[in-house]
Amino acid sequence: MSEFIYMGGYSFYIWSSYSLALIILVLNILGPSLKHKKSVQQASDIHLLNGMKSDES
Amino acid sequence: MMKWLHIMASSAWFYRFSGQAIPWLMSAFIVLLLIGLYGGLVTAPADYQQGDAFRIIYIHVPAAWMSLFIYCVMAMYAVIALVWRIKLAEVLLISSAPIGAAFTFLALVTGSLWGKPMWGTWWSWDARLTSELLLLFLYWGVMGLYAAIEDKRTASKAVSVLTLVGVVNIPIIHYSVSWWNTLHQGPSITMTDKPTMPMEMLMPLLVMAVAFKIFYGLSLLIRARAELVEREPQSRWLKAVIEENNDE
Repeated sequence: MSEFIYMGGYSFYIWSSYSLALIILVLNILGPSLKHKKSVQQASDIHLLNGMKSDES
Repeated sequence: MMKWLHIMASSAWFYRFSGQAIPWLMSAFIVLLLIGLYGGLVTAPADYQQGDAFRIIYIHVPAAWMSLFIYCVMAMYAVIALVWRIKLAEVLLISSAPIGAAFTFLALVTGSLWGKPMWGTWWSWDARLTSELLLLFLYWGVMGLYAAIEDKRTASKAVSVLTLVGVVNIPIIHYSVSWWNTLHQGPSITMTDKPTMPMEMLMPLLVMAVAFKIFYGLSLLIRARAELVEREPQSRWLKAVIEENNDE
């Protein structure tokens, strides 16, 4: 196991590359998902407001 | 055919379809990623020249391929957006840019992390590295231009033109290692020649490449959905979708 982590002496370069890749992949899913959720929430607020306005008139 | 295209290009159809496709893409991506990581980090033997350092290839090369691939796809969307003024093409174009930038950034940094132990330097201003850096600036330029223009239809038009102008950089990156004498090695895999890598080294690379392609599709759909909602918050199709979700 420790030999696996050691990577023939290149552990810093290998594990930095792989962790950066993982971080970038995760951010590119989480970021847009949150943005989507937020914009749907905003849109549904707008529709709710519009609905109330048309009920009054 | 045109009618079919128009149905597929409609926001409502795209929104529903992508919502169903995302979980499938997510599962396929995770499975392929795990297989690729296992193959690249565990089963592939150490390189006889580079030792274990060569394992960076499984991130670096697929990321670099994606950086070029996504730009070419964006150029295609740009043509569709300019010629047929299809809104969905504009949305897909601008939603691709941050993913392309992310892969370009990843290719550059992992290249640097590979260059240090192999070439003895983090960076060199040679043709391959410089043209790839220019690609990163092109992606950022597209994103910045889109953000800077208030009207999103006008912004899309400007971004499409910028994307098409930047296409000249793509063959430069691709052929840079053959045209100029650079530090960067030539391509290890080409369409025409038989690969020089042994199978157990090559397979994880191909699996990772497919995984990254699927990831692009996945991230693109999520981004495009968010962009669509943001661009058309008042639309009737969105109202219908929201009501459906509320009923569930």
